[in-house]
Amino acid sequence: MSMVVLIGLLLVGGIAAWQLERIDANLPRWVALATVTLALLYLVSVIAEIPAESFKLTPDPGDGDSWLLHLKLAWIPRFGISLELAMDGLSLLLVILTLLLGLIAIASSWSEIDFKPGLFQANLLWTLAGVCGVFLAMDLFLFFTFWEVMLIPMYLLIAIWGHENRSYAAMKFFIFTQVSGLLMLLSIVILAWQGVATGGELSFSYFDLLGLHLDGRLAWIAMLGFFLAFTVKLPGFPFHTWLPDAHTQAPTAGSVLLAGILLKTGAYGLLRFCIPLFPEISMQFAPVAMGLGVAGVIYGAVLAFAQSDFKRLVAYSSVSHMGFVLLGLYAWNNLALQGAIMQMVAHGVSTAALFMMAGALQQRLHTRDMTRMGGLWQQAPRMGACAMFFAVASLGLPGLGNFVAEFLVLAGLFAVHPGFTAVAALGLITAAIYALWMMQQTFQGAPDEQRQMDDFHGREMLAMVAMILALLWLGLYPQPVLDLAQPVLDGLHGVVTPGEHLAQTMTAGTGQ
Amino acid sequence: MTTLWLIPLFPLLSATLLVLSAGRMPRQLAALLGAGSVGLSAICVALVARTYLADGQVQELTLWTWMAVDNFTPRIAFYIDGLTVVMMSVITGVGFLIHLYSIEFLWDDESFCRYFAYMNLFVAAMLLLVMADNLLLLYLGWEGVGACSYLLVGFWYRDPDNGAAARKAFVVTRVGDTAMFLGLLLLYTELGTLDIQPLMAAANSQWQVGDTLPILATALLLGGAVGKSAQLPLHTWLPDAMAGPTPVSALIHAATMVTAGVYLIARNYELFLLAPPTLAAVAWIGLATLLLAGFTALAQHDIKRILAYSTISQIGYMFLALGVGAFASGIFHLMTHAFFKALLFLAAGAVIHCLHHEHNIFRMGGLRRRLPVVFWSFLIGSAALAALPFTSGFYSKDAILLSAWTLPGIGPWLWAGGLLGALLTGIYSFRLVFIVFFGEAHTEPDQQPGWRMSGALIVLCVLSLVGGWFALPLAGVLPDKDHAHVSHAVEFISIGTPLLGLLIAYLLFLGRQVSIASLAESPWGKALQDFWYSGWRIDKLYDALLVQPFKCLAHWWRNEPVDLFYNALVALSRWAHGRLITLQTGELRWYATSLVFGLVLLLAIMLRNAS
Repeated sequence: MSMVVLIGLLLVGGIAAWQLERIDANLPRWVALATVTLALLYLVSVIAEIPAESFKLTPDPGDGDSWLLHLKLAWIPRFGISLELAMDGLSLLLVILTLLLGLIAIASSWSEIDFKPGLFQANLLWTLAGVCGVFLAMDLFLFFTFWEVMLIPMYLLIAIWGHENRSYAAMKFFIFTQVSGLLMLLSIVILAWQGVATGGELSFSYFDLLGLHLDGRLAWIAMLGFFLAFTVKLPGFPFHTWLPDAHTQAPTAGSVLLAGILLKTGAYGLLRFCIPLFPEISMQFAPVAMGLGVAGVIYGAVLAFAQSDFKRLVAYSSVSHMGFVLLGLYAWNNLALQGAIMQMVAHGVSTAALFMMAGALQQRLHTRDMTRMGGLWQQAPRMGACAMFFAVASLGLPGLGNFVAEFLVLAGLFAVHPGFTAVAALGLITAAIYALWMMQQTFQGAPDEQRQMDDFHGREMLAMVAMILALLWLGLYPQPVLDLAQPVLDGLHGVVTPGEHLAQTMTAGTGQ
Repeated sequence: MTTLWLIPLFPLLSATLLVLSAGRMPRQLAALLGAGSVGLSAICVALVARTYLADGQVQELTLWTWMAVDNFTPRIAFYIDGLTVVMMSVITGVGFLIHLYSIEFLWDDESFCRYFAYMNLFVAAMLLLVMADNLLLLYLGWEGVGACSYLLVGFWYRDPDNGAAARKAFVVTRVGDTAMFLGLLLLYTELGTLDIQPLMAAANSQWQVGDTLPILATALLLGGAVGKSAQLPLHTWLPDAMAGPTPVSALIHAATMVTAGVYLIARNYELFLLAPPTLAAVAWIGLATLLLAGFTALAQHDIKRILAYSTISQIGYMFLALGVGAFASGIFHLMTHAFFKALLFLAAGAVIHCLHHEHNIFRMGGLRRRLPVVFWSFLIGSAALAALPFTSGFYSKDAILLSAWTLPGIGPWLWAGGLLGALLTGIYSFRLVFIVFFGEAHTEPDQQPGWRMSGALIVLCVLSLVGGWFALPLAGVLPDKDHAHVSHAVEFISIGTPLLGLLIAYLLFLGRQVSIASLAESPWGKALQDFWYSGWRIDKLYDALLVQPFKCLAHWWRNEPVDLFYNALVALSRWAHGRLITLQTGELRWYATSLVFGLVLLLAIMLRNAS
């Protein structure tokens, strides 16, 4: 029941925050903060009860009872739909990331939102609830439900509290995600139907559908439905165009959630559902997916350089970084997968920090246009130092989490496809170009002596220091994260084996 | 050895404290922390060196496993042999002197704390680079020093030109670093480890001399070395990097970071021995660079740019040494170069400091009597740079030239090229001395260097003079060329050439026996001088070939070409909407008519299908 309590807590906390606004406008923030903190503490207490050796055991991906937590309640038994939640190391990692970045999002919106703060915090908490549900749901119908639950409050966050062009951006975000989500629903139905066709009972459970081994045209269509939904969310090239608009227009907390965790649901979906449910087809499809990944890495970086809007620049850098995730997932070996998971975590932190920086700048200067900034270091050295830290983290400086991620992805990819690796490595150069250009336009250069600007305050500094420490920890001792994910990957390796062509390139690559 | 981890820790800790103080630390304390931490490291290095010199035992220390995925288990671990001892001594020894000098040089700067934070961070990263026992940790130090270089070149961030120079330094070296990154991936994929010693053993057992894979791997590593050490074709960042404070140029862009590429090749020399073509490329790159930079230095008139080009040129000598297999001689020149080039930069800094930030040598002159300590420092530094007999530079450069001579086949050509370079070195270094310190004064100094600056200069003077007699603990660590049996004629020519250079410089710039002005005024002379002044127009070439196309591409794509497709979908929907909406007229007869026609059409189709 613990997972239901966790999600329920966030949902109820949202309602409370919404209603308590009537009493005091400040109350919703504290309620939201308390709810997420409580959820974190509750999660920790639940985890503490699980015996330590369970974290080392390899869960059987096809059998939920071998996972850390598993719950199955009947929901719509007539259609084989149940309330099935399960947690393994991967989901645990992402739920923790979700809650921590939730705290950051609340901190970054603390003084920004004055219009209906209760409803704002409620939407924020509901988004968190939806995301947690996505990471825990093991019934595909339930998964789709949570997929929608996380979409709608996010849409509202952008549409109500966004900036000048918010309705366009919110609508674009909604249509992209909704259309691809409906394709996924279609795929889910096909999958369940195939389960019946091959002699099973009607079931939407991941554990029942995992071993189906579909083939043929129908399976390709179903796989592409999943792939599109997740790649739009990731976002992968060329389905990324909603992201720069959504990010630019979203309020700071929205951007933090969007970049920090919502994008990760796409990567999670690929890793958990798309590839394991269609192992053979996915491996045949891998070169295309990796090609999209490489294209995203380069294209995102070039466009990031071309932007003059701070948030747009960071948004395109996300497109570039998520290309590495796509590469890592479809290279499908241990190094690359660990790298992809690491990238999910590290990018979540570093990009959330950069969006928080963007929000702080916009709040102080009332602009995101970098051509109107410059020399800010003089007025705000603490902000400058933090921005510099996250800029070099984003360009992959060793010793910080993003480097570990990119190195592992490319090391894994190199064994499979040296050509893609070489092209993707160009992303390291382009990342340096845009990240340093961003610093030049904002904090370096000639300062405007007339400008008055506050430096970071205690609350903002606290959030920044937490994220700085997190990235240093991920960069210098990433082992806890790797250890948490490793058993899950071991389990998945049993389901998916690299396809024929990949195995060939791998032996050709090693020359043995 | 338990004190090993203290060596990088002191500067790292000091950098952290300085950052945390957020600039509020008193100057005295910041200076004490900044220079003191490097001094403490230097003491630890001395202890380690003493142990090593006594027993010759390699010292190893593992702190923790960085990450472990499958059999990929790079550790945070140190490996100390003779090569590391030499590098650590240079970094902390010369580094300490430069920190001491910096206290005085930057005392009035408002960002005093920030400066020492960056400098200490740099020293820590550089120490990690040379102490690392695996290539991934080395890469951490490698990128770390690059980042610190970026921060320090752009230290005076208010001038956008400094920012541009800093970005150029980082991005150009990043190009090389990316090649090195791929080299690391290749080595790991093929040999299953990145720990340097097991890696060399595995390479030796799995690969034959001249195989494709070692050639490819070493070529990729060479890419990194070329970028970091400012060799052709990635040397263009170094002259611009002079935008940073002068002690930064002394530490990073003369004594330590730019020689990291030399260290990388020496550290992995067994790998390079498996790849003779790469090694030959190293030699030729070194030769081409030393000549190109030598000619360029002749035409510059910014005192720091002259020194920058001479650094590029001297690192070319180190590459030449590595390329001909005289690895120990290359490291020897690295050390002596660290002494005399740091000395020259610090002396140049003193000139600039005392002459209200004047950089142009033609607005200096006659400083011999006005700044005596600086003059003697510059003179000694230039003598060592030009390799005049019995200075430190003489011993190291002579060893390189003679080693080149002994190489069968191309050896004499490399030797002759190196000799031409030595001639150029003699000319440009004494051109600098004669123009700045002799002749008539154009600018009066407004102050004299204090004890911290003078002290650092004097110690470096001594090192530049006697550094050639140091016996480096490299026997058995790095191979070297035996050049004991080179004929005396070759030796005499090698010794005499720098003296000839000195003479030419004297005739051209001091004695005025030959009019340099008329030479430079002639059309050919002018064209040549412009060509050299621009650094052989390589910057222009890269701008046209790489920078502008990239900017054009970015500009062209700026508004998201992919969205054209989605916008077309939107337009299509809108268009269809516009067309279909006209059907909804609200007129009953129109609806009835269309109902009837639709019915008839359907019936027709059904009948046709039925028949």
